Amino acid sequence: MANNLGNIINKKPIHIIYRWLGDKIFLSLSFILGLTIVLLAIAMGFVLYSESGETFKTFGVWGFIKGTDWDAGLHMSFGALPFIFGTLVTSIFSLLIAFLPSIAIAIFIAEYAPKWLSNITDNLINLIAAIPSVVVGIWGIFVFAPWMRDTFYMPIFLWTAENYPTLLPIIGSPIGYGMTTATIILALMIIPYITVLTKDAIKKVPQEQREAAYALGATKWEVIRMAILPYARGGIMAGAMLSFGRAIGETMAVAMLIGNKNSFPFSIVGPASTIPSVIINEFREAVSNIHVSSLMALGLILFVISLIVNLIAAYITRKLSITGGKVI
Amino acid sequence: MEKIPEKNKEIIIKNDSIDMANCPTCSTKVRIEAKNLTIKYGKEFGVKNVSVPIHDKNVTALIGPSGCGKTTFLRCLNRMHDLNKKVSISGQVLLDGQDIYDSKVNPVNIRRKIGMVFQKPTPFPTMSIYDNVVAGLKLVGIRNKSLLNEVCEKALTQAALFDEVKDRLKSPGGSLSGGQQQRLSIARALAIEPEVILMDEPTSSLDPKSTLKIEDLIFELKKNYSIVIVTHNLPQAARVSDCSIFMYLGELIEYGKTEKLFKNPSDKRTEEYITGKFG
Ligand SMILES: Nc1ncnc2c1ncn2[C@@H]1O[C@H](COP(=O)(O)OP(=O)(O)OP(=O)(O)O)[C@@H](O)[C@H]1O
Ligand SMILES: [Mg+2]
Repeated sequence: MANNLGNIINKKPIHIIYRWLGDKIFLSLSFILGLTIVLLAIAMGFVLYSESGETFKTFGVWGFIKGTDWDAGLHMSFGALPFIFGTLVTSIFSLLIAFLPSIAIAIFIAEYAPKWLSNITDNLINLIAAIPSVVVGIWGIFVFAPWMRDTFYMPIFLWTAENYPTLLPIIGSPIGYGMTTATIILALMIIPYITVLTKDAIKKVPQEQREAAYALGATKWEVIRMAILPYARGGIMAGAMLSFGRAIGETMAVAMLIGNKNSFPFSIVGPASTIPSVIINEFREAVSNIHVSSLMALGLILFVISLIVNLIAAYITRKLSITGGKVI
Repeated sequence: MEKIPEKNKEIIIKNDSIDMANCPTCSTKVRIEAKNLTIKYGKEFGVKNVSVPIHDKNVTALIGPSGCGKTTFLRCLNRMHDLNKKVSISGQVLLDGQDIYDSKVNPVNIRRKIGMVFQKPTPFPTMSIYDNVVAGLKLVGIRNKSLLNEVCEKALTQAALFDEVKDRLKSPGGSLSGGQQQRLSIARALAIEPEVILMDEPTSSLDPKSTLKIEDLIFELKKNYSIVIVTHNLPQAARVSDCSIFMYLGELIEYGKTEKLFKNPSDKRTEEYITGKFG
């Protein structure tokens, strides 16, 4: 046996060339593929930029970004600010709403629930995450939005009308479709993401860390607070940022529920718009060059925002990750 | 596996021959006493029917070949096995006469009294060196700054780490070298002033110099504490311990004064292990 093995290993020439070639092929292949993806992203950005040229020439880059008018009918004047505002407000608030409940659910699944229950919850969450956003949207249109209107918006609106009528413009028209409804639906849609990513981060915390805390006389909750969550924070933050990125780009459900009002002023429950929702609503009717170009420019802005969010996510993850290389 | 009951009977008889409460070789009182302790991982035995006393103000060394159940036994003494649902434990562990596995006993209180140092260093990587040391104190609600500072310095000094880190107490615990991290873990365990300290190969990641410092520390600590130390380093066991327990295949083979056990073991397997014939 030993001799045989020796013989096989000693047949160097073929092997070395083989291995060298294999290495080279694999290396070049992965390099090319990696490069392709990077080039694709750059090309996409470039196409968006060049297609936006007319808009940027007409209004100026800064002028377009801070422009508050979006009038494709009469004046052909375009500004992105309402959509940037709508996008950021809905996604930031949905993240704020979703974050703590998601962490709580993840802690429950990872640390408290008995195996059978955590399996059920796990599957349920994956199921919810897999619901197509158009289905969420249609549920929102026919069930959630009317319910919100009748239970909250209407009473609040009427109460405000009676007591502080000056505040009505801030509340907005209580038709059910608007910023608040879209934000809540977005929060519901990203809860599964944050939960799953947080749960994974928690499960990755080494058993030794938990035991170290237990050995100091920590209770279960104290172990979670002093050993588990700090260790997992990089993964948790990365998960939150990724979910935030998803909320920024979410199109269908938001377009169906936000009410699609293209200009300021926005109000709390009244209709508004986001970058994705205005693009999906208008790309079919955009006939004039400047209109198409403005939608492209919106796309570019969304692209840049997503890029920035991802960079921040990467930065946070690196900053928060545990030195020693065990965590993400 | 089928034959184990037979073997166990033998062991029971043998263990009963040790006079538990008044070990002839040790003068101090018994702090912890294991009685017919059997620990199983699922169906597999980790420790088989071990009965042994741990004396106060005394160092007990736990020796034996790899896989013989030393860690399993040690973790049983402060209820660390509670965290693993596969583990089943029968028998008793008495701390000052009270069974720590009694349903009325809160394991959290047991672990505060019986501290533990693990084989691998386990600083909390996101906490500063300072916060690592006082983590256990903060758990019990101590917030007094000057008290925390004092305890921190004392524990770090005891663990022979203070001089190396005194200028960077605020830097993260993960930024230390492996050996320094281990001494930090020791300092953290000492800071809560447990009554009994369990150490699982505490010096296996340390250089000879820090190893000696830890051994000095153990010597110092035994004036007030009772210490159980698992070690593969036989000279170390001989240096630091008063009593030794030799385990083999989950069973307690021999227990007694370290000097006697090393120089004149009564069991052939002990002798073979100590003279390096196996393990
Ligand atoms: N978590 C576990 N699950 C299942 N079996 C285990 C587990 N931990 C230990 N064992 C088994 O129990 C037996 C005793 O293991 P233990 O870790 O106590 O040995 P040890 O004496 O500490 O060895 P070492 O000197 O190598 O640390 C071994 O046979 C081991 O395979
Ligand atoms: Mg061990």
